[in-house]
Amino acid sequence: MKFLNIILFMCLAWSLTAQAAPAPPQKGKIAILGATAHVGNGKVIANSLITFENGKLLAVEDATGIRLDRNSFTKVIDANGKHIYPGFIAPNTSLGLVEVEAVRATRDDREIGNMNPHIRAIIAYNTDSKVTPTIRSNGMLMAQIIPSGGRIDGQSSVVQLDAWNWEDAAYKMDEGIYVSYPSMVSWSWRTRTISKNKNYGKQLQEVEDYFTEAHAYSKNKKLSSKNLKFEAMRGLFDGSKNLYVKTNAAKSIMEAVLLFKKFNITPVIVGGGESWMIADFLKSNNVPVMLSKVHDLPDHEDSDIDQPFKTPRMLQEAGVLWCFQMNEVAQSRNLPFQAGHAVGFGLDKEDAVSGLTLNTAKILGIDKTAGSLEVGKDATLFISSGDALDMRTNHVETAFIQGREVSLKTKQKDLYEKFKSKYENQK
Amino acid sequence: MSKTKLLFLTLVLTFLGQNLLAQVTFQRNGVYDEREGFYAFTNATIFKSYNEKVENATMIIKDGRVQTIGQKIPIPAGAVVVDLKGKFIYPSFIDLYSSYGLPEAKRAERSFRRTQQFNSKKEGAYGWNQALKPEFRAHENFTTDEKAAKGYRGAGFGTVMTHQADGISRGTATLVVLGEDREHQMILKEKTAHMLSFKKGTSPQSYPGSLMGGIALLRQTYMDANWYKNGGKNEELNLSLEAWNEINSLPAVFDIRGKLEGLRAAKLGKEFGKTYILKGNGDEYQRLNELKATGCSMILPVKFPDAFDVEDPYDAMLVSLAQMKHWELAPTNLSRIANAGIEFTLTTDGLDKKSEFLKSVKKAIKHGLSEEAALKALTHTPAKMMGMSNQIGSLKSGNLANFIITSENVFGEKAKIHHNWVKGKPFVLKKLDEADLEGNYSLKVGNQTFKLMVDDNNKMKVEENDSTKIDVKSSISNGLITLTFSPTKKETNLFRLSGTIGKKEWSGNGTLIDGTWTSWSAKYEGAPEKKDGDKKADKKKGKGKGKGKKDKVASDDKLGDVIYPFMAHGYKERPTENNYLIKNATVWTNEKSGILENTDVLVRNGKVVEIGKNINKDVGTRIDGTGMHLTCGVIDEHSHIAISRGVNECTEVSTAEVSIADVVDSEDIDIYRQLAGGVTTSQLLHGSCNPIGGQSAIIKLRWGFSPEEMKFEGAPGFIKFALGENVKKSRSSTNNRFPDTRMGVEQVYRDYFTRAKEYKIASQRKEAGFRRDLDLETVVQILDGERHISCHSYVQSEINMLMHVADEMDFKVNTFTHILEGYKVADKMAKHGAGGSTFSDWWAYKYEVVDAIPYNAALMHEQGVTTAINSDDAEMARRLNQEAAKAVMYGGVSEEDAWKFVTLNPAKLLHIDHKVGSIKEGKDADLVLWNDNPLSVYARAEMTFVDGLKLFDRKLDVEIRKEIAAERNRLIQKMLADKKGGGKTRPARGKKSRHYHCDDSEDEMID
Repeated sequence: MKFLNIILFMCLAWSLTAQAAPAPPQKGKIAILGATAHVGNGKVIANSLITFENGKLLAVEDATGIRLDRNSFTKVIDANGKHIYPGFIAPNTSLGLVEVEAVRATRDDREIGNMNPHIRAIIAYNTDSKVTPTIRSNGMLMAQIIPSGGRIDGQSSVVQLDAWNWEDAAYKMDEGIYVSYPSMVSWSWRTRTISKNKNYGKQLQEVEDYFTEAHAYSKNKKLSSKNLKFEAMRGLFDGSKNLYVKTNAAKSIMEAVLLFKKFNITPVIVGGGESWMIADFLKSNNVPVMLSKVHDLPDHEDSDIDQPFKTPRMLQEAGVLWCFQMNEVAQSRNLPFQAGHAVGFGLDKEDAVSGLTLNTAKILGIDKTAGSLEVGKDATLFISSGDALDMRTNHVETAFIQGREVSLKTKQKDLYEKFKSKYENQK
Repeated sequence: MSKTKLLFLTLVLTFLGQNLLAQVTFQRNGVYDEREGFYAFTNATIFKSYNEKVENATMIIKDGRVQTIGQKIPIPAGAVVVDLKGKFIYPSFIDLYSSYGLPEAKRAERSFRRTQQFNSKKEGAYGWNQALKPEFRAHENFTTDEKAAKGYRGAGFGTVMTHQADGISRGTATLVVLGEDREHQMILKEKTAHMLSFKKGTSPQSYPGSLMGGIALLRQTYMDANWYKNGGKNEELNLSLEAWNEINSLPAVFDIRGKLEGLRAAKLGKEFGKTYILKGNGDEYQRLNELKATGCSMILPVKFPDAFDVEDPYDAMLVSLAQMKHWELAPTNLSRIANAGIEFTLTTDGLDKKSEFLKSVKKAIKHGLSEEAALKALTHTPAKMMGMSNQIGSLKSGNLANFIITSENVFGEKAKIHHNWVKGKPFVLKKLDEADLEGNYSLKVGNQTFKLMVDDNNKMKVEENDSTKIDVKSSISNGLITLTFSPTKKETNLFRLSGTIGKKEWSGNGTLIDGTWTSWSAKYEGAPEKKDGDKKADKKKGKGKGKGKKDKVASDDKLGDVIYPFMAHGYKERPTENNYLIKNATVWTNEKSGILENTDVLVRNGKVVEIGKNINKDVGTRIDGTGMHLTCGVIDEHSHIAISRGVNECTEVSTAEVSIADVVDSEDIDIYRQLAGGVTTSQLLHGSCNPIGGQSAIIKLRWGFSPEEMKFEGAPGFIKFALGENVKKSRSSTNNRFPDTRMGVEQVYRDYFTRAKEYKIASQRKEAGFRRDLDLETVVQILDGERHISCHSYVQSEINMLMHVADEMDFKVNTFTHILEGYKVADKMAKHGAGGSTFSDWWAYKYEVVDAIPYNAALMHEQGVTTAINSDDAEMARRLNQEAAKAVMYGGVSEEDAWKFVTLNPAKLLHIDHKVGSIKEGKDADLVLWNDNPLSVYARAEMTFVDGLKLFDRKLDVEIRKEIAAERNRLIQKMLADKKGGGKTRPARGKKSRHYHCDDSEDEMID
């Protein structure tokens, strides 16, 4: 009863806060002039002109020497001295599925069962989450939302972060299946020891058997009855769905790549804490990595103290396709600063931007329309008065998703204004 | 008593004893058959004591005691003469840490999972805590255990001190001999020692749930026992306290789980005038100086770790450098302890088999322990520790006839124990006249011939061919021998042979695999081939020859250094230079002078002595700070690193008596990692499990120093309070602990502060029978302004509440920590004088933080609240500079002020701003040199100084990595060689410590 009351109270309390409506479709032509454009593919245009119409980019070019006919635009934004970026993408997050981590009733990310390829994150995605605007206002305009909790966690989808409902939000629906690869080791906090996972062989066999059967099923032309789980996995075998494999250990990664090769699948490694040790292997097998948090502790007390800080640089230098992710909800708004931190440890600044944009889009399979400021792609972008990777200077002023200028209001800004004015009135 | 008198008395007693009739209380079924046990052992090398060796000597024993030892002693008539030519006699060994003959403690039923048991469920007038069993008496529960006794005797032991190893106070141990007679005869002394530990054992009671709780419990118990003695008994009968007082004067043995626990136990003991005997763990060499300084003697194990299986390079990554180094250095523990002059004895505890004991001792001897020190530790010292030197530990006249007869020097390579005599009764392990059969034989069975190989343990094998050897089962007794084996590996039927042992030749009859009878014989062919290792050892011994090779052997045995702390990134030697001149940096002073460009800072003897332009003084090392930023060190108001076994004592609403200062862990890699993030001072806070939590420790991140050395000198005391979901246990569906609501939380405070006031008045009256209560005493310190509060808090209602309670009860809330809704009551906080130490941008992880905003720090700051940003997290503390910068982003705080959020302001909140928190003449030289504006995400700490000592240097760190890699490789190769040479290995297995957060509350006191 008490629990129920908490939930009721919570719903009530939250519904009181105003939530900005999603922006209407772009009308007319918009130009942004003079900003430093970080294209997302590694290039920078110091004094750029960027124009878009119907949600698509018309021009991305050097503004030097161009005389803009302001009248042909519905809106011209002068952004001298400012920075413009493709909308950052936050992959591997339960945003919209989890509102308050510790309150079970607000969690919709973990389904019961071990093999859940049929589970779809998208249908539980709450477009009215109070968290989403706080993510958006730091430059994340798209996300990949994921279920978790099983061996096969379920299906992920890519969403854009300004929508009325999950149908509007869906950018690429059910684009992949997440697998939590068995861990070779297990840690006991009581004895503080890490030892080999005794059930590893069995757990791995289960995965292999499951994929073997699902694969055979997908070839069967005369099915007597449908198996929803195996139906969901068809896309993995015909190449229409990505396979995301969550694992960190170097040995596991190599093993996983070899295992899924049997099914003609090149997995995306999610995590890959030790991916730097086998960068050549990843490169030669074209295996991309959604890298675990930069703001993380090294695995071992013997490890280089800055290992997680420098891993992105190491993968970049090795030519591996990789991107940033955090596997967080509310903390996802710090994704750009993780990228910034990696720059502090040797990653090129524009490569860091790619790790938030084009690399991510490539891995998710949406790079034809998203991920960089290139003509013909979505006008999903934002302007910051400073360097968006540095909290010291970042200030997102304007953001567009597919040409729609989205609200940067958040519940937190509202509360800030509310109490700021309270104190001002006391003076 | 004078020496001569004593001698006389001893003599009288000795002779009287002999003439007395042996009387027992038991009924006899038959005629009187007590024997004198009158023996004369002749021609032996006898160690009368560890340092008194008599060659070619005779020992006379009678009635279970030694009569005399000496050369050319006339053999008395009536004594059985045993010729021990070539053999050795030693006093038998003593093991002071044993559970021999005692029943295992039964695990009491635990209450339903996750509900708490507040009081003892032991029936009777016993103490409140079930983990304290001072009333337990080992001698009342002891029964002779023949099987276990045999194991001990086989390793040379004649006496053990045994106890029930269960609980924090385990009651008394008893000293028993390892014979097989009635317990009445075996117990030498009923109560020898008070046994203690920091393990809760089978107690189902919730308290203590952390190491610091265990320490506090002992502290309170010492005081309670004192109270009981001085009048408390009039209030209540308490059998546990009574028992405690009864045994308090006995030697106290403290079972520790590692070097730091040893320091903690010793420190606790010192508070009550106790010098414990520490039962160690084998890692004492890693903090030798500090342990030596405690003055404690030790009972040490000889269990040395096996090598890890490191053949797979990825698997090997699980094993830390510390584990590998410990594998290499553990066998040197005893020699290092001995060389340091610490008194110690040895125990078999921890060994899988007692038969490994002497092998391990020999290993320690190979690693530098002298044989004399080993023998002393096994005989003299334990007897002395228990005040039993007049009975055991040496073979002086009148002592018990507890001795062993060995084939050679007991520490010799091939030494065998022939006899183990207990109170004058022999136990034969290997007959004195048993032939030494070691060698190769030509074995003829019918018309087949085999090569039979016998090792020094009479283990036999026949050789089928070069690579295949077949085990031979054999039994030898009284000149007869039986052999069974299969003639080939494939054959399942066996040859069965029986015969007699002659000189260099055995013969007899037996059956072949088909059952036909035949005769057989075995002829001695020569000594066995030596293994590689033996050859080397021989050459080493050989005089003159192979000099060059001798050196090679020595270099093969080269051992790594002991490093401090004992883990990767530890120091061989701590830096000592604390004079520096940092030139031409951008200096963030945090003082009125603000940020100074192109400025020099002079550090002398660990203090900042001058700040200015173009300082040109010849002192210490010059560092070019051109293009760099110099700041004071980051101060983390809320940290949980460097804590051993439990951040929460979660079991009671107030645990003000516990203190993180008791459990600071100097061996936490996070210290080094955080230095690399510019942190120099941290407040290690108790968790947030209870409204009144434990006391905190403020430390400087003095990497490589001991826990005591890390503590911030002169910092005032702090205590953790907590409000909201954690103390209500909102995430538990079975909470049975008051309070369950915020309403209850208020009443906890009102109750405790009311009682603390009454307690203070009572304590001032100094009446007899007044009981010191460490919990309330700590709360009184708060009322007296001697201890400050750092209160975990989230929502405005509770923050408001506590300030009201504080105002009414007349105390101050120094700091609200976390304080995510501080922005809603910032004006009230400023009025109360409370500071706010918050997260930069955390929210939405639990219900009470749904209104948290990243503008919190800015709003509190604007209202005049002393505002800090903390980590509460081992990872985040590595980048608190970035967290501070978020206050620039959210709320537009100036860079200078934002920087103070992680430096000067926390220093103020901790009342240490007169020493740290800014760069100012006279303050501690806790400095960080950054490669960029410290608020930038791109900034890296390049050097971090604590008290002028450069404890982190990024360039040096690159070198350290190379050293770690090289040392790991050396040890891995050594382990591989060890495995190849037949050494035992175990699977690669890593150690990983926990990273604590506020709400970690699992019971850490269960074994």
